[in-house]
Amino acid sequence: MHTSLSTKYIEIQGVEQTFKTKKGPFCALKDIDLTVAKGEFVALIGHSGCGKSTLLNLLAGLTTPTEGTLLCANREISGPGPERAVVFQNHSLLPWLTCYENVYLAVERVFSKTDNKTQLKERTDAALTMVGLTAAAQKRPGEISGGMKQRVGIARALSMQPKVLLLDEPFGALDALTRAKLQDELLQIVATTQSTVVMVTHDVDEAVLLSDKIVMMTNGPSATIGEVLEVKLARPRNRVALAESSQYLGYRKAVIDFLYTRQSHVEKTA
Amino acid sequence: MVSAVFHNPLGTAEPVIDVPATDLAVSPTPARRSVKKPTPAAVASKPQLDLTWLWLGCLPPLLGLGLLVLLWELVSMGTAASIPSPKDTLVQAISLFSDPFYNNGPNDQGIGWNIYSSLKRVAVGFGLAAVVGIPVGFAIGRFSFLSRMFNPLISLLRPVSPLAWLPIGLLVFKGANPAAIWTIFICSIWPMIINTAVGVQRVPQDYMNVARVLNLSEWKIVTKILFPAVLPYMLTGVRLAVGTAWLVIVAAEMLTGGVGIGFWVWDEWNNLNVKNIIIAIFVIGLVGLILEYILIKIATAFTFEEVKN
Repeated sequence: MHTSLSTKYIEIQGVEQTFKTKKGPFCALKDIDLTVAKGEFVALIGHSGCGKSTLLNLLAGLTTPTEGTLLCANREISGPGPERAVVFQNHSLLPWLTCYENVYLAVERVFSKTDNKTQLKERTDAALTMVGLTAAAQKRPGEISGGMKQRVGIARALSMQPKVLLLDEPFGALDALTRAKLQDELLQIVATTQSTVVMVTHDVDEAVLLSDKIVMMTNGPSATIGEVLEVKLARPRNRVALAESSQYLGYRKAVIDFLYTRQSHVEKTA
Repeated sequence: MVSAVFHNPLGTAEPVIDVPATDLAVSPTPARRSVKKPTPAAVASKPQLDLTWLWLGCLPPLLGLGLLVLLWELVSMGTAASIPSPKDTLVQAISLFSDPFYNNGPNDQGIGWNIYSSLKRVAVGFGLAAVVGIPVGFAIGRFSFLSRMFNPLISLLRPVSPLAWLPIGLLVFKGANPAAIWTIFICSIWPMIINTAVGVQRVPQDYMNVARVLNLSEWKIVTKILFPAVLPYMLTGVRLAVGTAWLVIVAAEMLTGGVGIGFWVWDEWNNLNVKNIIIAIFVIGLVGLILEYILIKIATAFTFEEVKN
């Protein structure tokens, strides 16, 4: 935390996103201001349709904002790039490539200029080992379970050594037990890699367990940031121990209170 | 010998291509090649499956074929053998196929040469159509401007019977053979353009987002994402194209003459040799079936659905 970069690694300034629809312009996001520090884990939470994923897509550079600017490491985000890796909700693995090849595609893209073939292979293997999928490396996505696919997606993102890891409801399609397991793995991985992470979620426990900062969004249209909650739970975090911690329950209550008391109705107008 | 054909639509028709399949199913563990999925399944469930297979896989096609022969026999009797009976036709077919590759000048060649010439024309016309149609399909699918530009043209020209193009071919190329190839080209190009374009347009946005996030080069996008994603669509187009091409070649050859199965039919009609015409009909059907079968096999080998494997 010694330079301004470490406290303002990602900066979102006055961002507004309007989509053109047949019924005229639709304002999805308005007046978004947010900073994320280097190595910070931020969760975006809110009801469906509140523009969480829109904001993540803006950070990924897949879309450009109608108004305002997004900066990453003091440079404007003008398009997608491997320094901001995305883990998609539906894993988005290429079904004709094996797990190894899916990860290798990313590794090759980022490191082929500096590394030789052996190093590229080592990086790919390392990424698959990190998510515990060495055994399934030569299988195609169609042959492995949903949880494993999502882990390949995470391995692909991490293998690029991104500056920022963007997760779009990464565990949304998984069953509760698999989700818990992957959350624990993600906690460990992020602790090792010290990545800056922005994660979209609609799961309160997930948000509290994983993040340093929970960004709660108001309902759309013209959604904006309603409240930002700093989660000051000590790391490493243990879900079993935290389940009874009053601090944890307090954070959980705060988020639930926001989501279900203050933002329960979808009739809000801007 | 026919035992392994049961699962495919070929029925008892084609003993030539089912030989490897027979190998796989009958010999317990061939252990050459990497053991393919069907082998263990077929071996394991063989004893109990045999009867159902006989009932559902073998009997109905045979019955269908039997019905055809019966009707044919009845028609033959009804027309006082101006339509030859199945037996006579079979005898004629055997003598015909005992020497398929004789050559007594351009108007009297073995059936093998005729099939070969037709297939060659289809291959050339179809190959040219693939070379032109698939890239055009990619371009139309990738750029909506081109799509808007060419869609009206395609909609206008596609319904035209390929044979309507034959005079243009004769005029431009001043020869029967190139005109026939031109006709094949024109009829096979539309399915390939359209299916490839649709395939490109339907590449899931997720895959394209992956490409954008990884910032892949255009070459990598084409080889690693677009091409594999479009391949199943493309192969459907190819299959439709080959089907149409094989339909059209017979008609085109009737008009252009020369050596070829279509011309042969017409020649035999002029000779009033109805047996040979019937044989030709079966041969044309069989060749079409084999072409279709090969392309379906290729298509399934390259289709990667989530559930497959």
